[in-house]
Amino acid sequence: MLELEDVHFYYGRIHALQGVSLKVPAGRVVCLIGSNGAGKSTTLMAVSGVHAIARGAVRFEGRPIHGLPPDQIVRLGISQVPEGRRIFPLLTVLENLEMGAYLRRDAGEVERDLDQVYSLFPVLHERRRQRGGTLSGGEQQMLAIGRALMARPRLLLLDEPSLGLAPMLVEAIFGALGRIREQGTGIFLVEQNAHVALGFADWVYVMETGRIVMDGPPEELRRSPAVREAYLGE
Amino acid sequence: MRSFASAPLLGLWFAFLALPFAGWRGALWTGLACAALVAAARTLGRVLRAEPVARRLAMAQEAIGESWEFMLRGTRDWRVAALVLLGLVAFPWVLDRYKTDVLVVAGIYVMLSLGLNVVVGFAGLLDLGYVAFYAVGAYSYALLSTWYGLSFWPGLLGGAALAAVFGILLGIPVLRLRGDYLAIVTLGFGEIIRIVLNNWDDVTRGPNGILGIGRPHLGDFRFSQPMHFFYLVLALCLITMFIVGRLNRSRIGRAWAAMREDESAAECMGVNLVHAKLLAFAFGASWAGLGGVVFAAKQTFVSPESFAFFESVIILCMVVLGGMGSVPGVVLGALILVALPEALRELTLFRPMILGGAMVLMMVMRPRGFLRERGLRLAEGALPPGVPREEGR
Ligand SMILES: Nc1ncnc2c1ncn2[C@@H]1O[C@H](COP(=O)(O)OP(=O)(O)OP(=O)(O)O)[C@@H](O)[C@H]1O
Ligand SMILES: [Mg+2]
Repeated sequence: MLELEDVHFYYGRIHALQGVSLKVPAGRVVCLIGSNGAGKSTTLMAVSGVHAIARGAVRFEGRPIHGLPPDQIVRLGISQVPEGRRIFPLLTVLENLEMGAYLRRDAGEVERDLDQVYSLFPVLHERRRQRGGTLSGGEQQMLAIGRALMARPRLLLLDEPSLGLAPMLVEAIFGALGRIREQGTGIFLVEQNAHVALGFADWVYVMETGRIVMDGPPEELRRSPAVREAYLGE
Repeated sequence: MRSFASAPLLGLWFAFLALPFAGWRGALWTGLACAALVAAARTLGRVLRAEPVARRLAMAQEAIGESWEFMLRGTRDWRVAALVLLGLVAFPWVLDRYKTDVLVVAGIYVMLSLGLNVVVGFAGLLDLGYVAFYAVGAYSYALLSTWYGLSFWPGLLGGAALAAVFGILLGIPVLRLRGDYLAIVTLGFGEIIRIVLNNWDDVTRGPNGILGIGRPHLGDFRFSQPMHFFYLVLALCLITMFIVGRLNRSRIGRAWAAMREDESAAECMGVNLVHAKLLAFAFGASWAGLGGVVFAAKQTFVSPESFAFFESVIILCMVVLGGMGSVPGVVLGALILVALPEALRELTLFRPMILGGAMVLMMVMRPRGFLRERGLRLAEGALPPGVPREEGR
């Protein structure tokens, strides 16, 4: 479904992505783990078109999408939950969700998706008239996910959804992600919390300083001494 | 007590600064005056913030905002709206020519501030050179009228269109700029336009300005009295309010709001930032163009003097004072800032000071203006009666 091939990206002189290749098959959950500054967020932004890559290719359903502006990529069915949530603080919860459906013209279907999001995260329904900025961290993360879902994506990009959340909330969020996966939406997930990531993903890539250094199914990575030491703290 | 300790220190500092220019005596007086001023301002600040005074001030402001809003809510009922309209129409018959003329000026400022509100209030792009578009509108009509004898109505459209083009011309280079940088570049743009007008003698006749600009006419009827312009401006203001209000609730209005709050997040939602920004600049500028054409036609004379930086500041003050992003708020801000100097005619010398003081007071007491913007679509109206609006102050 999504395929990156030898993707290079530079921030000025910093060579942030040094030939990243990876695949996210349709309807699967693929997770990218790696330490701080490895280039995980940069990889996601290269997919969503916020960063224009210097070399290589990004393909979605066989079609090259690098070079397309972000709005075109959202239109194709890729939507992103950015790092740090980045909800619109002064808009209400409902308006935030509506912004997620900004490019859609099918009002009736948008209504239905809104109901879906509310059933996924009932707390958002309770707080729908409240300003986004007044939500708690966990609620904001739910809002950010709900907002991305409102675009009705076929591939959901998530950047560290567990960041700064209590274990209970992390569980709740991943429970919801599990239900999103059941509906056939592909998920490309960036996580620092390797325990959670390995428990959830179908396939895991490990990134270090702009390169993919290892990949495999979670069970295999769990057996790898390097991963155990660096990411699972054992 | 800590805050008072800084008064003598500041006095000393200013005395030091004044020394090279003012000599010992001058420096001494400057220092004393500064110290006294700082102490006075601190005292005043303390008094204003003291519980009873602050509460009363806040209540007074609240009352102004609420009653204005109450009036506006009333106008949703068509009978009230008709009554208000009738009242507005009757104004020039009740007021003398001078007051009517002031109202015409106020109306032009209402259009300008609503246009700037699109850029600053809706889209969150700080534009300090807005008066440039006003100048473009005024001069384009002045030139078209004096050279080609173009009449007012096509001139109105031409001025607005040309201002929109200039809006895009300014917009393209500043697409990537935010905040302070954007403010500086727009400020420079405003000055460039004024300086060009001032120096391009062959076309604009420089500081002498352009005389003999044609007045509007409708068939055989010629606009000549302040009263005639009053009705023209009233109609244009109502149209502006209507369109700008609708725009805020439209798709592009939502895109602007999202962009204002978080540019990258808006981009992730599929907002095309380039389109959204250029549209904001072009659309905001076109109202200034309209205002400029009306101004030129009313005065039959334009010169660069009318388009100084201070005008941009005043218009921005109107937007900020009334409540950024709120259409009725901005109208209120414009009316207050035109009426205030009129009420203080005798104190001409102190007007900028009073204006500055009022702005400072406003920022301390009610930083989001008389009327705060109420979210976009559903934050307002969809609330059942009696449910308090959330969001703490
Ligand atoms: N806007 C930027 N300008 C310059 N360098 C940047 C910029 N953003 C990121 N970098 C650099 O690029 C590298 C990769 O950053 P990235 O944000 O992708 O890391 P990450 O893997 O997401 O880290 P984290 O887990 O901390 O979020 C880092 O070395 C970072 O310093
Ligand atoms: Mg990151």
